[in-house]
Amino acid sequence: MRLFFGSCFTLLLAAGIGLGATWFTLTRGVAFGSLTIGAWTAWPKSGSVDIDPYSRASIARTGELPIGTGDGVAFYAHTDDTGNELDGRCMFSVTGMTPAARYWTLTLNDPQGRLVANVIRRHGFTSAEILREQSGRFVINVGPRARPGNWLPSGGVEQFILVWRLYDTPIGVASRTTKEGPMPAIERKGC
Amino acid sequence: MVRLALWIFGALLLGGIVHLSTVLAMPRTAKQDAYSRLAPLAPVNVLTPLAAPTAADAVMPFMDPAFAVAVCRYDLTAGTLKLIAPVSQAYTSVTFYTRNSMAYYAINDRAAGRRAIELDLMTSQQHAQLPEEEGVTAADRLIIDSPTATGLIVLRALAPETGMLPTAQATLGQAQCRVVPMPQ
Repeated sequence: MRLFFGSCFTLLLAAGIGLGATWFTLTRGVAFGSLTIGAWTAWPKSGSVDIDPYSRASIARTGELPIGTGDGVAFYAHTDDTGNELDGRCMFSVTGMTPAARYWTLTLNDPQGRLVANVIRRHGFTSAEILREQSGRFVINVGPRARPGNWLPSGGVEQFILVWRLYDTPIGVASRTTKEGPMPAIERKGC
Repeated sequence: MVRLALWIFGALLLGGIVHLSTVLAMPRTAKQDAYSRLAPLAPVNVLTPLAAPTAADAVMPFMDPAFAVAVCRYDLTAGTLKLIAPVSQAYTSVTFYTRNSMAYYAINDRAAGRRAIELDLMTSQQHAQLPEEEGVTAADRLIIDSPTATGLIVLRALAPETGMLPTAQATLGQAQCRVVPMPQ
């Protein structure tokens, strides 16, 4: 009898631990092979045959197609530089210089990867359409209310993420330091 | 007490096995992966343009809205595949994925270095069966080996400004993806 209860307890606990760990790693994302610069994180190996099993499982679950390594690399930001969550009811500024890439795009998504509805139907910027200062620096204002300059509307959603995609770039699997990719700074300006 | 500790230790060990096997099985069992999402939209071995993602509807999550996208869902059992993609003004790339969404090859317009990206896709067996003299005469032919018989080719053309999306889509509209039957 004791053996029976013991086995039942063990099997249930094992299923809980195993499935829980799988769910946790696939929804939160794991750090294997990730490249973090400031608030931005990329998984450069996801676009190659060297992809790790966790990223493969995660991609199969979400249904996305990762950018191929010969194409570019995608960086994701869930927070600003000081760790505040990206809240669509607050104003944020994304400030940076042009990175080592032929083109780049900045896109605003909800955490599930959908675009966020807004009145002017702007979901992102490309490097070709952005307004720059004379020094080459650019500022993108992300928030619910219209701003002069580059305004990326966040539609007032509770949480959003920013995706920074670099195309035809040397930044990738071999990059390890901030020197190679000066990533734009994300700063909260007020709520 | 020792007995309980042993049971818990066993549970941890088993839990680890459950965790690893579910992670490894996920790509094969996922019902909503990119290939399954595209299967009802894209016929086999035909280049199909995908609608630009909107807030209300998108074929896949995390699509870049600045790009026009076309997909060729391929099946190499009937023969090899020829892909010709004209290069758009700004930036064009072609990425190859296996059935399980693994990107095994990607090339952009600059790397292709011509007015059009032109390549042949085949399995390693089909590649081995190619007549040898043909390999010599067509040394500049770009041949890609697909690790699986089925998969996806995704063409992406950048619209540098929002209004240029139709132009990028039109460029991709001229691309083709067709089966070349194997010589018997």
